[in-house]
Amino acid sequence: MTSPRIAYLNARLLDPASGLDTHGALLIEDGKIADLGADLFKDGAPSVSKVVDCGGLCLAPGLIDGRVQLREPGEEHKETIETASRAAAAGGVTTMVALPNTTPVIDDVSVVEFMHRHAKEAGAVKVRCYGSVTRGTKGEQLTEMGLLAEAGAVAFTDGTRAVANTMVMRRALSYARGFGLMIAQHPEDPQLANGGVMNEGEIASRLGLGGIPAEAEIIMVERDLRLAELTGGRYHAAHISTRGAMEALRRAKTKGLEVSCDTAPHYFALNESAVGEYRTFAKVSPPLRSEDDRKAVVEGLADGTIDMIASDHTPSDQDSKRLPFSQAEYGVVGLETLLTLTLEPFHNGALTLLEALAKVTANPARVLRLDAGQLKRGAPADLVLFNPNTPWRIEEDAFHSKSKNTPFDGRPVQGRVIETIVNGRSIFRLEAA
Amino acid sequence: MTAPQQTPEDLTYRFNHRHLLGIEGLSPDEITYLLDLADTYVEQNRRPDKKSDLLRGRTIINLFFETSTRTSSSFELAGKRLGGDTMNMSVASSAVKKGETLIDTAMTLNAMHPDVLIVRHADSGAVKLLSEKVNCSVINAGDGTHEHPTQALLDALTIRRRKGRIHRLTVAICGDILHSRVARSNIHLLNTMGSRIRVVAPPTLLPTDIDRFGVEVFNNIEEGIKDCDIVMMLRLQNERMQGMFVPSIREYFRYFGLTSEKLTAAKSDALVMHPGPMNRGVEIDSDLADDLDRSVIREQVEMGVAVRMACLDALTRDTVVNTP
Repeated sequence: MTSPRIAYLNARLLDPASGLDTHGALLIEDGKIADLGADLFKDGAPSVSKVVDCGGLCLAPGLIDGRVQLREPGEEHKETIETASRAAAAGGVTTMVALPNTTPVIDDVSVVEFMHRHAKEAGAVKVRCYGSVTRGTKGEQLTEMGLLAEAGAVAFTDGTRAVANTMVMRRALSYARGFGLMIAQHPEDPQLANGGVMNEGEIASRLGLGGIPAEAEIIMVERDLRLAELTGGRYHAAHISTRGAMEALRRAKTKGLEVSCDTAPHYFALNESAVGEYRTFAKVSPPLRSEDDRKAVVEGLADGTIDMIASDHTPSDQDSKRLPFSQAEYGVVGLETLLTLTLEPFHNGALTLLEALAKVTANPARVLRLDAGQLKRGAPADLVLFNPNTPWRIEEDAFHSKSKNTPFDGRPVQGRVIETIVNGRSIFRLEAA
Repeated sequence: MTAPQQTPEDLTYRFNHRHLLGIEGLSPDEITYLLDLADTYVEQNRRPDKKSDLLRGRTIINLFFETSTRTSSSFELAGKRLGGDTMNMSVASSAVKKGETLIDTAMTLNAMHPDVLIVRHADSGAVKLLSEKVNCSVINAGDGTHEHPTQALLDALTIRRRKGRIHRLTVAICGDILHSRVARSNIHLLNTMGSRIRVVAPPTLLPTDIDRFGVEVFNNIEEGIKDCDIVMMLRLQNERMQGMFVPSIREYFRYFGLTSEKLTAAKSDALVMHPGPMNRGVEIDSDLADDLDRSVIREQVEMGVAVRMACLDALTRDTVVNTP
């Protein structure tokens, strides 16, 4: 069985990994990138089964979303692998990395296999997953990291829960190092954050809501960086939201530690004032921070302290969000808005287009050691075709995700996905408005 | 300032809100209007025949997700004195299902066509959420640590009747500011009306960035109440005295409890207030609480009924069919 040869012509080829930014063409064969470049097909029409004229639009590696809650198994009323896949495709995401906070938790080889099998059935987007660091994400006993990695777990994290016990974290980093595996932390000191539901400060005090100080994140990141140095383990700090944590990570990187971090779009696109009058769609973990912290996140993106942007896609149904603020679930959906929000710092002049794209392609591929996120011969043809300038408004009603909990509803944005391609196959095409 | 001869009808209607969810956002004129209106009800409540028929045919539901005796009975009495039909609902709140109960209960009650819902809830913002789901007026009877607007209004009425004004006074609010919705509503009200506010508490009982509320912060009660016109004491919840926020009752009373001796730092005619229920010997000395020259605690309770009548009146005005 031979797959068709498809040529994408007249494209602006963007590859952050190699720094390529040129007008040219790309040839797909057998689901892989067979060739690409400015000179490809220069001498005449290619002999292929299908030609796509990109009209000068951007053709880049498909996005890798490094933090996604699929809610399957266990909470299929909020999202399934299939609905998340459709959302991802609409967002230009070709690889999702699932957090282990499912029911059951991904702490056993059988659950990893379940994820892979279901992802295959759902088709479309590629699904990888984290294994949990501790059994049941209880923060006590280590999981079988070696076996889980062999089954396909890309790294280890307790997802939305911090590995709080210092000794457990030390052993996790230390043990994982033996297999060359990475520990990703939800960096928040649970005791210091206890009782808090939003960023500590004037707004929380006015609303009468419990505050979570920035120090809850900073202390945990600083502790973990010490442990990473002590053990020589690979450490990744998830969704960094504070200036203090940024500075700690910057120092650690300068020191040469093998550490990385990500942030989510809401931490550079919003600040704590988005909570307004108890808007539960702005309730996220860690909480939206001060304007100064938001600026620090933008600076961290610009100077490379922050390696990657992940959506932290957390689908919640109405019943979990239509509650008094302190009782509502944490989290926002993000797969479908990842690209356009990642382009905001580019449009604002903080990042170049290639730098912005690197945060959702080459960098997560490097950090999570995935064979994806690059335009190179022989690589899987996972691509996104987009117009970086199209103005539009985010509309939650148009989401493919089962859940609509976005704080960005109605936000005017710039940059839109036109087509998403996985293994050479088109899985999403924007319908002409 | 007070106008005892006036009746509610003498006042020009100046309260254009559907709900009363908080003091923050009310204008000085609106606050003054509510207090003027309340003044007329103080007179009504002192007459042998205390009942009017202003709210005849109207249904008022007291929906309390948190237990309360004084606030709910004060609202109940206010509704009855205005001739309305009042109903009390105490919803025992189970920890997990609280939220669902809130919306579900709101929808259920809404279907019964009440005119006013009076709601107390343990979560900040819960009353606002509920107000978005119903077709009637909603009065916040206390939401979490956010606001308790009728308490601030009754405090203001008490002060105004005693001091003749609520502007250019120095008011010290002392005690557990962190967990107090009463403190927040009072700060908003007194700031709006142009008084100076001090908060007095150990740092563990102060909200973050409280200085940005336009208050002066003191950690020492003698300094905090020095030359004050009003000393407001707040209740310290039992569970917060066992070492989580302050080490012991003994130590708290020693440094933050109000005694006659400490009160000498305030103006000689300073009034002592407390929203109740009091912890005698914790935040306030028992004898001082009973000293009718200084303490207006019982007067606050009387003003509470009048203020709540005024709020019920103001919120139902636009729908009242005026009989000729």
